[in-house]
Amino acid sequence: MPKIKVPRKSTLIDMTAMCDVAFLLLTFFMLTTQFKSDESVIVDTPSSISEIKLPDTDILNITISADGKVFFNIDNKNFSRERLLQKISERHPELQFSPEEIKAFVLTGSVGVPLNQLKGFLALDEFDRKSYQQPGIPIDSTNNELSTWIMQGRLSNPNVRITIKGDQSCPWPVVKKVMNTLQDKNVNKFNLITDLEADPNKLKGI
Amino acid sequence: MAELEQKQSGKKGKKKGRKKMSTRIDLTPMVDLGFLLVTFFMLTTTFSKPQTMEINMPVKPKEEVIEEEQNAVKASKALTLIIDGENKIFWYQGLPGEENLPVETNFSADGIRKVLVEKNMTIAEMVVLIKPTDEANYKNVVDILDEMNISNIKRYALVDITPLDLELIKNL
Repeated sequence: MPKIKVPRKSTLIDMTAMCDVAFLLLTFFMLTTQFKSDESVIVDTPSSISEIKLPDTDILNITISADGKVFFNIDNKNFSRERLLQKISERHPELQFSPEEIKAFVLTGSVGVPLNQLKGFLALDEFDRKSYQQPGIPIDSTNNELSTWIMQGRLSNPNVRITIKGDQSCPWPVVKKVMNTLQDKNVNKFNLITDLEADPNKLKGI
Repeated sequence: MAELEQKQSGKKGKKKGRKKMSTRIDLTPMVDLGFLLVTFFMLTTTFSKPQTMEINMPVKPKEEVIEEEQNAVKASKALTLIIDGENKIFWYQGLPGEENLPVETNFSADGIRKVLVEKNMTIAEMVVLIKPTDEANYKNVVDILDEMNISNIKRYALVDITPLDLELIKNL
């Protein structure tokens, strides 16, 4: 019987196609990516069926952590963060900020310190500032600094949209206080940031 | 250039010029690099913008009298939801009293959603009053606001809890 010879094939495969795919995906992710902004607190938002997307700019965000601390954040479109700090200095003449402190404030994300600790907070170097446990902005009726932040924030960027990003387990009285503060400043329309969940009405249709 | 001349003289009979190199390069390291970067961007990306739920609060009335008048008009068409801690929820229709006690239900599809859909069909121009107690958490309130969207109820309001309501649910 003649021997059947199995022809030996090369184990090398053409990598060109795979390379193409890899770089196609790479390009896609590079173009669509937006880096996560470093948050000072981790917030697990509740879910809703609402599908309204939030724009990237003109956002004034009030974050409420699970333990009821309140943080303030505003995006820096048209240098509104710098202006915000200047306006706070005008309102509180005892608080004057150096150019370095203004720069630090622009680069920081959410702020959750009382006004009298703000200078000290901004004096920390970048790394310490991230790990610093911020005590939250006072929202008591006697010392409601959140209302100052909101008012100056709106003055520094009049087109701002106000959003509340609360943790699922944060107690309602805190949220109520924040909402009351907003209403006292005549903000009657605001957005609650939520995760997406399936709409049961649409599910029925499937 | 002496070398070159030597070579030429050495390979006299052969017509081969330069040695033909293969144009194929090993792409494996490049693919490795590509996928590494893909993984990096995949993990760091925030794919979608956050969702948001828009909420309009009524303008705060300047005088208490006006508020009372507003409430008086609504009473017959009102459905009140009281959100308590531990994911409990109570509801009653109209004015509460001995014969109109709050009913306990839960956040499931058979619980509050059923009630809302039923009442929305029977009561014309229903107004839902949402009263979270101090024990309620943010998730409960957002869930209820979401139920309003699901049941397509347009008229609802977040209202402060009254001592009477607290009394009623305590006695249940």
